[in-house]
Amino acid sequence: MLGPNILGTGKDLHVEIVQGAGAFVCGEETAMISSIEGKRGMARNKPPYPAAHGFHGHPTCVNNVETFANVPLILANGVDWFRGVGTPSNAGTKIFSLSGKVRNTGLVEVPMGITLNELLHDIGGGAPAGSVIKAAQTGGPSGGCIPADRMSTPVDYETLRKLGGMMGSGGLVVTDSGTCMVNFAKFFLGFTQHESCGKCIPCREGTKRMLEILERITDGKGKREDMDELRHLAAVISRTSACGLGQAAPQPVVSTLRYFEHEYISHIVDTRCMAGVCRSLLTYHILPNCRSCGLCARKCPVPCISGSKGEIYVIDNDRCIKCGECNRVCPFGAVART
Amino acid sequence: MSDVNLTINGIPVRVPTGSTLLQAAESISIRIPTLCYDKQLTVSGACRMCVVEVAGPAGSTRLEPACSYPVQEGMVVRTNTRELRDARRTIIELILANHPRACQTCIRNQRCDLQSACREYSIDKIRYEGEKRHHAIDTSSVAITRHPDYCILCGKCVKVCKEVQGVYALDFVRRGFSTTVLPPFDRDLAETVCVLCGQCLLKCPVAAIRDKSYLNKVEAALEDPNKIVTVQVAPSVRVTIGELFGLPPGVSLTRKLPTALRRIGFDYVFDTDFGADMAVMEEGHELIGRLQAGGPFPLITSCSPGWVKFMEHFYPEFIPNMSSAKSPQQIVGALTKTFFAERNRIDHKKLFNVSIMPCSAKKFEIQRPEHRLDDGTREVDAVLTTREFGDLLKLHEVDVPTLPDSEFDPILGDSTGAGLMFGVTGGMMEASLRTVASVLDPTSHPRLEYSALRGTGGIKRGSVLVGDRELKLAAAHGLANARKVLDSIKAGEEIHFLEVMACPGGCIGGGGQPLPTDEDSRRRRIEAMYAEDRGLPIRQSHKNPAIMTVYKEFLGEPNGEKAHHLLHTKYSARSPRGF
Repeated sequence: MLGPNILGTGKDLHVEIVQGAGAFVCGEETAMISSIEGKRGMARNKPPYPAAHGFHGHPTCVNNVETFANVPLILANGVDWFRGVGTPSNAGTKIFSLSGKVRNTGLVEVPMGITLNELLHDIGGGAPAGSVIKAAQTGGPSGGCIPADRMSTPVDYETLRKLGGMMGSGGLVVTDSGTCMVNFAKFFLGFTQHESCGKCIPCREGTKRMLEILERITDGKGKREDMDELRHLAAVISRTSACGLGQAAPQPVVSTLRYFEHEYISHIVDTRCMAGVCRSLLTYHILPNCRSCGLCARKCPVPCISGSKGEIYVIDNDRCIKCGECNRVCPFGAVART
Repeated sequence: MSDVNLTINGIPVRVPTGSTLLQAAESISIRIPTLCYDKQLTVSGACRMCVVEVAGPAGSTRLEPACSYPVQEGMVVRTNTRELRDARRTIIELILANHPRACQTCIRNQRCDLQSACREYSIDKIRYEGEKRHHAIDTSSVAITRHPDYCILCGKCVKVCKEVQGVYALDFVRRGFSTTVLPPFDRDLAETVCVLCGQCLLKCPVAAIRDKSYLNKVEAALEDPNKIVTVQVAPSVRVTIGELFGLPPGVSLTRKLPTALRRIGFDYVFDTDFGADMAVMEEGHELIGRLQAGGPFPLITSCSPGWVKFMEHFYPEFIPNMSSAKSPQQIVGALTKTFFAERNRIDHKKLFNVSIMPCSAKKFEIQRPEHRLDDGTREVDAVLTTREFGDLLKLHEVDVPTLPDSEFDPILGDSTGAGLMFGVTGGMMEASLRTVASVLDPTSHPRLEYSALRGTGGIKRGSVLVGDRELKLAAAHGLANARKVLDSIKAGEEIHFLEVMACPGGCIGGGGQPLPTDEDSRRRRIEAMYAEDRGLPIRQSHKNPAIMTVYKEFLGEPNGEKAHHLLHTKYSARSPRGF
């Protein structure tokens, strides 16, 4: 069905594959069309939608590769065959990119309607030894996080959306007890902020200010009002942004505020990161079982550890850069991190 | 086209299919705030200030930009809810968080769209503080300086440069928070194809694009006892200067200008309209010469320095077609330092010639090496835009509208309606035809108005019988329109005489004109120019007695040797080559 004069019909079908230049925003359909036209990858106003006015003004069908890949199979095997898998409202299969804190990572194709628990435990093999799954972020960098206690619900478009996640690209990043959810949200917001096309103000400027608030919080300089301001900015950004990138960008923050508000509070009020990830919030001190071998003081890059034979060594926390080297090198487990 | 019915803020409204929500709201006098929207440009939808609430299924709502969203049958829209006011206020605060906020020391103080938005939304604090985007100021251009730290990335400069002017000297670069509007490869503006038309400055809602000001230079000359300072005023300035003193667009203050200029301290007040009359004589005789020699056609006008630079970058193959006559500004400058200096026994090195122009590219024109006398002296020493002139008048506490009338100084200040017409699209050609037709056919009744060349259409085409010959004419304004005509000529269209003005509307819409310069102000300024021309006793350049005097006493024949030496120029292909 490719090439000129298909089956003598006089109709041609040519396929040309265009390599993108790597901008995340070019996953947004109108930005991608601009990019393929040789223009800067920036979102356009919709309507008109690409189906009416797309590539060089022509009606354009934009879909994910996964969708297109299903088409020949459905044509060959029929609709009933396709509907034989999945749920009535979400037929077929879905490919997830399973990554993060599970034993088995990689691309997995599962029937729609499978539960996250089945996905993460039966296929993913559960959390690595000694840790517990905390949450899963679904749908890519702008997807929301779904906490472990909601994972018995089926994976389909509606349920994910209701829980604050999304199907999106099929990304599935698993976090465990060693993940700080504030830091996790900050990481993804940092990505979408950097990848914003820069056109509309709420996305370009708003995500930057949200990111700065998150940086403040993970630095132990957060204020209680910061959580309200994050929610406010998130609402304005998702309601007013021009394209899907901006509309979804605050979701990692919104969903972690919804399910892991206590982690934000502990950063802000107690200046503590329970997962021990946010460096500025850590303190190191030396316990009485110190044998004054002096290894920590020698390895300290600042250096900010002092002491002498027969004494318990002392860390000057004003100068400490929280690198954790002392904790790692102490042969007696005498350097504690809190 | 059928109509669409919808409800905005509870008011039913019926508008044509394809209208935007903004247009529908405007039709029933509902105001929606905008920052990046501009009727002259394609819709951007970048600022999101114009978002409105659109009712969806089951009580849900969504926000859509009114500037671009098309009306749909039965739509229920609200334009001013608490959520919308909060969103707009947040957007303004987000802009301010990344802005210098130096209103008192800003050139756009009280003429700034961002400042107006702050007032409208009662912004009295900013919730967001943090990093600000920083990029170095670019002062490389002789007319336009760029201040990226002030930029709010509305994109209007990019669009006007691309869509109206076809120059493409600016675009967005980088992503996310680092997004900036820059010339290609972050080069200095002076090293690009920028033609200094200043349309970007007219579009800028803030102070990110500014005049490079020569006020200090002019003030210093006015204070210098060893300098004799002359000034010339371009045609269109007389109908726009009033706007800087609170008058509506299109009020002509011609006779107030000499009074104002003398009060500031200028020694001689000349009129660029005289130079325009002289340009008609020179260019008109060039046309006559080409008609006799059979080409090359079209003869293309060369009075607009933005157009000239554009041609040198983008269409140097048309250099042989260009009229070699200098622009009216350079003609007045050259004659001031030669004819006028000799006649009044003044050492021309003591003369300091200032011109007041509607144009930022005139600052480039005076610096061209071709525009120097034999001893290297510049013909014109400094250009002030209409805006800078307004600033100078205010510094000197001169309130132009209330001044008594007075006359320009003789000879170089004597002009006709034809000279005045140089300030309007199509007017330069109309002025030339008034003379050429009469010279070629002295018995004919002089035709003074050519309606095909009037109006605001981007490209105006017409033809005229001169003697027994049909001349095909075209006038283009806005350089994107010039591109279209030149491409059409390259494809074989026959045009004998082509007028190009870089700016939409001609000089009355020039990059040096008062803010705002928009569709409405351009139209009213053009009407004022036509009205003034109609009221003048002499409307043909060759009937200007001062022109006769200068030829008789000084230059000899039009297009003669001396005239050629002083009043004609050269062009050369310019790098970087534009595409």
